[in-house]
Amino acid sequence: MSTASAYGLLGAVLVGLGLYGVVLQAEPLRRILAFNLLGGGIFLLFGVMARRGAGAGFSGDPVPQAIVITGIVVAFAATALAVHLLLRLQVARDVPAPPEEPRA
Amino acid sequence: MMLGTTPGGGLLAFALALPVLAMLLAFVAGGRQAGRIALAALLAGLVLSLAVATGVLRGGEALVLTLGGWAPPLGVALRADGISAVMLLTTSVVMVGTALFAFTSYSGDRGESRASLVFWTLLLGLWGAMNAVLLGNDLFNLYVALELLTFAAMPLVCLDGRAETLAAALRYLFFALLGSLLYLLGVALLYGAYGTLDIVLLSRLTRADAPTLVAAALMTAGLLAKTALFPLHLWLPGAHAGAPAAASAVLSALVVKAPFFLVLRLWFDVMPELATGLAPQILAGLGALAILFGSALALRQARLKLLVAYSTVAQIGYLFLMFPLAGAAGATLAGAWTGGMLQAVSHALAKAAMFLGAGLIAEALGHDRLRDLGGAARLLPMTVVAFGLGGLSLMGLPPSGGFVAKWLLLNAAIETQQWWWGLVLLSGGLLTGGYVFRVLSASMAGPAAAAVAVVSPGRQAVVLVLAILSVVLGLLPLASFGLVQIGRLAP
Repeated sequence: MSTASAYGLLGAVLVGLGLYGVVLQAEPLRRILAFNLLGGGIFLLFGVMARRGAGAGFSGDPVPQAIVITGIVVAFAATALAVHLLLRLQVARDVPAPPEEPRA
Repeated sequence: MMLGTTPGGGLLAFALALPVLAMLLAFVAGGRQAGRIALAALLAGLVLSLAVATGVLRGGEALVLTLGGWAPPLGVALRADGISAVMLLTTSVVMVGTALFAFTSYSGDRGESRASLVFWTLLLGLWGAMNAVLLGNDLFNLYVALELLTFAAMPLVCLDGRAETLAAALRYLFFALLGSLLYLLGVALLYGAYGTLDIVLLSRLTRADAPTLVAAALMTAGLLAKTALFPLHLWLPGAHAGAPAAASAVLSALVVKAPFFLVLRLWFDVMPELATGLAPQILAGLGALAILFGSALALRQARLKLLVAYSTVAQIGYLFLMFPLAGAAGATLAGAWTGGMLQAVSHALAKAAMFLGAGLIAEALGHDRLRDLGGAARLLPMTVVAFGLGGLSLMGLPPSGGFVAKWLLLNAAIETQQWWWGLVLLSGGLLTGGYVFRVLSASMAGPAAAAVAVVSPGRQAVVLVLAILSVVLGLLPLASFGLVQIGRLAP
C-alpha cells in the first residue's frame, strides 16, 4: 500500500469516528471534539489529494495545502465560538432566568 | 468561454468590500454610530446591487471578476449571473428594511451601546457573508462564505442571552457545522477528481462517476441541513422564533436561502446531469413533506413567532419542487426555473414583513400568544394588513409574487406530467391559508387591545412596504424576470 492510500484510509477512519461522535454523542463538549476529529480527517484527505495531484514533477500540489491552512483557521474559530457558547449556556442555566420579555 | 474580467466586474469587489469596511468602521466608531454607518452602507449596497443587476441585464451575460488578474484554475473568480444579481438585490432590499426597522430599537442611546454595536456589526457581517455566497465562483471560497454566514447568524439567535435562546443557538451551530463539514468533504473529493474548484471549469469537466456522485451526495446533504429542509429542520423553529424580530427577519428571509442557492449551483451548474432521473424526485419529495408537515405544525402553534418560523420550514419545501421541474427538458424548464427563483424572492420579502410584523405585535401587546391576540388589528392596523399581504404571497393567491411563482411551478408540473407535485402545491396553499387566517381572525376579534408599548408609525410603514413589494412582484410582466435566465451554465 502506498503512503498516499495509507493516509487516505486514516483520513477516512477519522471522518467516520468524527461523524459517529457528532451524530450520536449527546454531551455538547464531546460533540465539539468530534467536529474537530471530522475536520482533521477532511484536512488529511486534502493532504492526500496534494500528494496524488503532484504530477508535474513537484513534490506536492500547493493548492490543497492552502485550503487546509484556511480550513484550520475556520475550524479553530468555530471551536472557539462553540466552546464560548457552551460556557455562556452553563452560566445562564445556573442563574435563574429573568421573566420573559418579548423584544423587538 | 474564457474566464476573464468582464466590463462592470469591478462592482463585484465592492459588493464584498463594502460590508467589511462598514463593519470595521462600526467597530471603531462604537455603538452610538454603528446604526448610522450600517444604514448608510446598506443604502449604498442597494445602489450597488441595482448596478450589478443592470450590468447583467444590459450585457446579457454574467459579470466576472478575476481577482488580481489571475484566471482560474490558478486564481479565484467572482461571478454574478442572473440569479446572483436577483438574490443580491433581494438581500439588499430586505437588509435595508430590517435596518430601518431596527434603527430606533438598537440606536445605542439609553446606555445600550454594547447591544447596539453587537447587533449592527453582526448584521453587516451577515450581509458580507451573503454577498460572498452569492458571488463566489470557487467551491472552497463558498465553504468559507458559508461558515462566515453561520458565525454571523448564530450570535443573532441568542442576542438576548436567555438560556433557552442560547440552547437554540447551540443546536443551530451543531447542525450548521455538520452541514459545512459534509460540504467540505465533498469539495475535497471533487478537487481530488478534477483538480479545480472553479464552478465554470467544473461545469465542463464533471462526469457522473462514483467519486463525483458521492461528493454531490455529501455536499447536498450538508447544504440541506443548513437550509433546514425536512427532516433536517429541527433546529429552525427554536432559533428563528427565539431571536429578536429584526434578526429573525434576516435569518428566515435570507440566511436559509444561501445554502439553497448553493444546492442550485451544484445541481444545475456544476453537475447538470444530476438534475435528471431519480435524485431530483427525492429532493422534491422532501420538499413536499416539508410543505405538508411545516404547514400542519404551523397551524398548531400557540405563539405567533413560532407559527411564522414553521411557515418558513414549509416555504423552503416549495423551493425544492423546482428540481424535478426545472431539470426536465423543454420550454417548461425556463418557467420552473423562474418560478423557483420568484418563490425565493417573494418568500424573502413576505417572510421579512411577517417576522417584523410579529415583532411589532409582540412589542405592542407585550406577548405573542395567538389566543390573546384579539384587538391587535385595531391597535396596529398597518401591521396586521402587512401580515395579511405577506400571507397572500405565501398562500399563492393572485395578485402576489407567490402566486406567479406557484403558478409557474404548477404549470411546469402539468406540462411535464408530474401532476403529483401540482397536488402538493395546491394542498400546501390551502394549509397556508389556514394558518394565515388563524392569525388574521384572532387579531381582528374584539375591541382595541391595551398597548404596553407605543409602536412608531414609521416602523409599521417599513413592514407594510416589504409586504407590498412581495405582492407587487406578481404584477410585473413575466418578461421582466428574464434576468434569472442570464448566465446559466447548462442551457
